[in-house]
Amino acid sequence: MSTKLSGPGSTRTSGRGPVGPGLPRTARTARHHAPVTATGLVVKVILLGLVAGIALWAAFPLVEAEKWVGLALLAATTAGLFYLYLTPRHIPAKYLVPGTLFLIAFQVFPVLYTASTAFTNFGDGHRGSKDDAIVAIQSSSVKQVPGSTEYALSVATAGDPATGALVFLVTDPATGAVSAGDADGLRRLDAADVTVGSGGKVTAADGYTVLNFGQASARSQEITDLVVPTAGGALRSSGLSRAYEGRAIRAYDAGCDCVTDSESSKRWTADAATGSFVAADGERLAQGWQVNVGLENFSRVLTDPNISGPFFGTLLWNFAFAIGSTGFTFGLGMAIALALHSPRMRGTNLYRVLLILPYAMPSFAMLLVWRDMFNTDFGLINNLFGLGVDWFGEAWSARVAVLLVQLWLGYPYMFLVATGALQAIPKELTEATSVDGASPWQSFRAVTLPLLLVALSPLLIASFAYNFNNINAIWLTTEGGPFPADNPRNGATDLLITYTYRLAFGAQGAEFGMAAAVSIFIFAIVATVSAISFRNTRKQEEVYS
Amino acid sequence: MTTYAHPPAVDRTAAGRRRNRWLAQVGWRHVVGVLAVAFSLFPILFVLSAALNPLGTLSSTSLVPTGGVSGENFANLFADTAFGHWFVNSLLIAGLASFVSIFLSSLAAYAFSRMRFAGRRVGLLTLLLIQMFPQFLAIVAIFLIFTTVTDLWPAIGFNTPWGLFLLYMGGALGVNTWLMKGFFDTLPRELDESATMDGASHAQVFFRIMLPLVAPILAVTALLSFIGTINEFMIANVFLTDTESKTLAVGMFGLVAGERNNNFGMFAAGTLLTAVPTVLVFQLLQRYIVSGLTAGAVKG
Repeated sequence: MSTKLSGPGSTRTSGRGPVGPGLPRTARTARHHAPVTATGLVVKVILLGLVAGIALWAAFPLVEAEKWVGLALLAATTAGLFYLYLTPRHIPAKYLVPGTLFLIAFQVFPVLYTASTAFTNFGDGHRGSKDDAIVAIQSSSVKQVPGSTEYALSVATAGDPATGALVFLVTDPATGAVSAGDADGLRRLDAADVTVGSGGKVTAADGYTVLNFGQASARSQEITDLVVPTAGGALRSSGLSRAYEGRAIRAYDAGCDCVTDSESSKRWTADAATGSFVAADGERLAQGWQVNVGLENFSRVLTDPNISGPFFGTLLWNFAFAIGSTGFTFGLGMAIALALHSPRMRGTNLYRVLLILPYAMPSFAMLLVWRDMFNTDFGLINNLFGLGVDWFGEAWSARVAVLLVQLWLGYPYMFLVATGALQAIPKELTEATSVDGASPWQSFRAVTLPLLLVALSPLLIASFAYNFNNINAIWLTTEGGPFPADNPRNGATDLLITYTYRLAFGAQGAEFGMAAAVSIFIFAIVATVSAISFRNTRKQEEVYS
Repeated sequence: MTTYAHPPAVDRTAAGRRRNRWLAQVGWRHVVGVLAVAFSLFPILFVLSAALNPLGTLSSTSLVPTGGVSGENFANLFADTAFGHWFVNSLLIAGLASFVSIFLSSLAAYAFSRMRFAGRRVGLLTLLLIQMFPQFLAIVAIFLIFTTVTDLWPAIGFNTPWGLFLLYMGGALGVNTWLMKGFFDTLPRELDESATMDGASHAQVFFRIMLPLVAPILAVTALLSFIGTINEFMIANVFLTDTESKTLAVGMFGLVAGERNNNFGMFAAGTLLTAVPTVLVFQLLQRYIVSGLTAGAVKG
């Protein structure tokens, strides 16, 4: 079987004696009491020292930010690592822990986090807590009213003038005291640390870079949007050199759990089920908070006709895409492998080297190249054949184009593996069928194909699972399009994963909770399909042995 | 095999028949081969022609360079963009990520293949299951996690190769571990048992006996993981926003995202340069790749 071709055949040459010359041979002891070698000890000390160093480096920012849970976790992990590699026990864990740590931190934890957001309405307008929403509502309603205090303003940053976080340096006209304000609030600066120029404007301050006019006007939108909450309302800029302290028009009242507008006296009551403030006429404030919505996201996917219709359409195409990508590449790759597989054939090596070039080209770049080759106006395909087809404009031509690109990218791989598997099929078998009078086609059907499928089915399943979530193939070519006129969220070539991406980051506003729910559906589908197919292959038995 | 009822009467017809037989048995194979090579090569030829096209636009590029040949696109690529940075970033991240991930998963595979412990079967199944949840789907969570990380430790936060490297390491175990466990399983157990009898520790068995024996397969798996990482676009695109911190995939996507017509020549030149290291290693390792792939590796 070709699966067993792997290691030994090519490796036997590099085999050495079972034990290197440098090893001590005196102690014939069991594995657990094997002698400690000098190299082993040195490596262990260096690695553990490195761990301690990294832990120490990581600890300081945690202490500074007073993240005690994180610090405890760090300390526990480090202590655990030291224990594990200093004790002679727990040998399997010594080998499993390094990879598992990364797995937990960067795969399991994000996945669980994602799964937990599937039960919330987390997304645009529902990001933080209720208190955050109230602060946001109040400070964004700040208006300049008669009698508002005006301050001299200098815009500064704590870092790079172009990208650093903005800070307002304001001088109180009455007292001359200078304060620094950002989205967290206003704090007083020591008079010794600042230089105040004429007109009360701050020209320099320790720890801040004051922006010049050009730098400030480049970021004027951010400056306009910055609201510094204060005790009596909030501070906003008015131009680049003045700031005013305005009063919030909208205020939260804990008594009625509602927000009231003092100008129109309109009232929005908190609705804990949806996480937003709702007025009697149904109007919702844009700023809401994150609440637990239970299974609502899941039931919306299945029952809301605006979502479930496109969702099942996408699911169907997703299967067609994965099966088509795998099937066509395998079919073509196998056909070419069969054609080149003949003892009388010369130059097979040259063919092989040239054939697999697409496999070695960077696929992200070639996907973009193919996208441009399908371009209606200047694309190579239309130019070569004298066509004027808008390939990515029609649902079916876009699907054909995407599958053709997949075929080009994928068939060299299938050609390679089919060639390998063909070489592993004993010649006697096919010769025996031809002696018995079978036609080449019969011998292919009865002998070669079944043997190929047995050898390659784990690969085909893996290829299916990979293509099921092949986001690059779609995102770098059609981006999921073309979209029906009435639904900008769900295009004809969208896979579930690109659909999810658009839900989470799309122009229609982020719906992280909904995206997470769809992710869980995708996970369940892929896991089920793979489990069923793996059960039907012999791979399973081999793996558990 | 075809049999001929009448033996050839004249030399000329005999030669004709031989040619026919050659066509029927070998010739058509060459026709298929040439067609397949043409299908494989024409987009690559197009890229080559675009890279050499002095005008550097998509609309003026045809399959063969007709408007003269120049290296202007290559020069522009280095002069106008941070291509050098992208190239180094990509090689660094992909090289390091493939090396470390292969090492981590071979460690785990050794434990799964040679040791018996509580939770071994559950561990293997869990790995397979977790791997089916594409890391990309957790991008929102990853984004939030790394926002905190960037605040605390800017050195491993957004726009750093180290942060992206750590993130890729989350997927180091998984499919690779399964694959490598399969390779380890094919090595006869007598090898490490006799070493143990001679007093070798488990670490010596792993580093001095097992690793050298599977080295060619490790090389192939590392190459595939390298290609997979170089081609990773979606996560890197969220992660790297500074021009100089970008990888090839993110940077070159930016080249043709806005003005897809005008920058096409530079993009094509970049594509060719990106392919150089992989094609070289590919041809070197071709022999191993066939056996390695048949054993179940999938290109990322």
